[in-house]
Amino acid sequence: MAIFLNENSVVIVQGMTGSEGTKHTRRMLTSGTKIVGGVTPGKGGQVIDIDGHQLPVFNTVAEAMSATGANTSVVFVPPKFAKAAVIDAVDAAMPLVVVITEGIPVHDSASFYAYSLSKGTTRIIGPNCPGLISPGKSNVGIIPADITGSGPIGLVSKSGTLTYQMMYELRDIGFSTAVGIGGDPVIGTTHIDCLRAFQDDPETTAIVMIGEIGGDAEERAAAFIAEYVTKPVVGYVAGFTAPEGKTMGHAGAIVSGSSGTAQGKKDALEAAGVKVGQTPSETAQLLRNILGR
Amino acid sequence: MDLFEYQARDLFEKHGVPVLAAAIATTPDQAEAAAMKIGGKVVVKAQVKVGGRGKAGGVKLAENAADAREKASAILGMDIKGHEVRTVMIAAAAPIESEYYLAILLDRSNRTFLVMASVSGGMDIEEVAHTAPEKLAKIPVSAVDGISATKAKEIVAAANFPADVADQVAEVLLKLWEVFQSEDATLVEVNPLVKTKDGKVIALDGKITLDDNAEFRQPDHAELVDHAAANALEAAAKEKNLNYVKLEGEVGIIGNGAGLVMSTLDVVAYAGKKHGGVRPANFLDIGGGASAQIMADGLSIILGDSDVKSVFVNVFGGITACDAVATGIVQALELLGDKATKPIVVRLDGNNVVEGRAILAKAAHPLIEQVDTMDGAANRAAELAAK
Repeated sequence: MAIFLNENSVVIVQGMTGSEGTKHTRRMLTSGTKIVGGVTPGKGGQVIDIDGHQLPVFNTVAEAMSATGANTSVVFVPPKFAKAAVIDAVDAAMPLVVVITEGIPVHDSASFYAYSLSKGTTRIIGPNCPGLISPGKSNVGIIPADITGSGPIGLVSKSGTLTYQMMYELRDIGFSTAVGIGGDPVIGTTHIDCLRAFQDDPETTAIVMIGEIGGDAEERAAAFIAEYVTKPVVGYVAGFTAPEGKTMGHAGAIVSGSSGTAQGKKDALEAAGVKVGQTPSETAQLLRNILGR
Repeated sequence: MDLFEYQARDLFEKHGVPVLAAAIATTPDQAEAAAMKIGGKVVVKAQVKVGGRGKAGGVKLAENAADAREKASAILGMDIKGHEVRTVMIAAAAPIESEYYLAILLDRSNRTFLVMASVSGGMDIEEVAHTAPEKLAKIPVSAVDGISATKAKEIVAAANFPADVADQVAEVLLKLWEVFQSEDATLVEVNPLVKTKDGKVIALDGKITLDDNAEFRQPDHAELVDHAAANALEAAAKEKNLNYVKLEGEVGIIGNGAGLVMSTLDVVAYAGKKHGGVRPANFLDIGGGASAQIMADGLSIILGDSDVKSVFVNVFGGITACDAVATGIVQALELLGDKATKPIVVRLDGNNVVEGRAILAKAAHPLIEQVDTMDGAANRAAELAAK
């Protein structure tokens, strides 16, 4: 099963002809992802050879979809062109669009998110995220494919490296899907969307949720868990030592006044019955205790 | 980036939001000259990026230019909640009849834009939101549609603005939307928006937050950066494109990925409780590609911080493998030579960890100590900083 991404995912890469796009297309191909082409406006008609894979380039997502049957797009275009790229994918009714690009102005992400809502046919993951992996099935984005294999844990995280760290800590058990939802103030898929999908996914038996300072996504997720999720959830929140008013790396990671604090998020999660670890290792141990492994 | 009031006022003026005549001054002489030019009664206002300056004595009415000079002299150099007043704004005084509140902001929770409006302005709006939420109208604004003339009228009606100012407030709202959108702002706030005794609606005080991610298409915003307030280490790090935040502590931190670095700070702070309360000295995310040069740049910034007693390099090898990171650390120490003087605890894990640890072991640099787990390494770095 897994969530959002599986062995039937057929993937195109928006921005495949750029240096980041090419580099990560190669990595995704190596990890077994079915990549069938790319989109770069103005470069349609070219064919790119990546490690022996002949990948056609299209001008638009709609053309790429009709020629290849793709159902997933991953976006590596620079911030300046990201809005146009995502809107192109939404216009083509691409079911899943994973936006890796960091540094997109929030007016642009708010705009393409609102646009996708109005169309109702596209799920956006990101921006400013590492993507998602359903080990052994498909890997879309920049998550290293060789950390661990498939298993019963579902993982949702705002942070890329904490995703990798947690997968590594629990590598002997394995994951159904790990989703990096991104650290920007406006993102397309939230903790709640992932929690709902993991709850409904028969392959997932326990969930790890990683949050960080800024906004109230974790508090909302806590309320959702109390109401909907019956599978065990463990949590981790980063940023207890972050000072007020300073952006900590991610554009969305900022404590504003008394809101968005790590302590507030931890308290909300614990009130919803989620066990919250003080460090990533302790969080992994909490999950082991629950699974008895 | 948060702007000073005078910068917000200037952006308001640029986009046609009604404001009063004003000028800035950094000396009492300049304040007097500015007040003379404006004429009549003026208000001398401390320019600090923190709330509560009125209560702290940072806003004073002056009867004339000579008085403005005295008031400016008293306000310049004041410390308001840790912010030194280096600039004052001299603004024309207005006879106020009513005070309102108007703001456009990014609503993270609902992933849209939001107008907040109240006819009870002039006070702490967070206070109003808590104690009398019915007095604060909140109207969502689509990021696709924005605020049209019709939408502006709807908002003004929803917030119950009096009929005699409704048209003017709607017009101000349209202009504020222009500021919000064309300047890539995440917050545009007017508090108070006032009606003067002669019935004019004017933005008396404003606050603007700009989106740093939009720098590439907002070249004018570079001039708004307050270089004087920037920490020297933060400024040096920015020049080298490093994501660095100075904190109060003794353990220098380098890591890859914003989430992992935030987590590292926390783990060091916990460990520090057992070692005399040492704390992390900084946030530094060197990103995915930890090359020797980036590592050297990062280490040199951290070693330039005189508060730092030990350094913790915490890297999870993802795309960049641990052997590349280890090579980067060894080369960085060669580049730094005698400048590297503090003990460095390194924790490597993930991709090619065995090779990475072997490279550091072989280099046997006297300053480097390897610890295999994040928690263990944090504890060791805290212990070294406490000595």
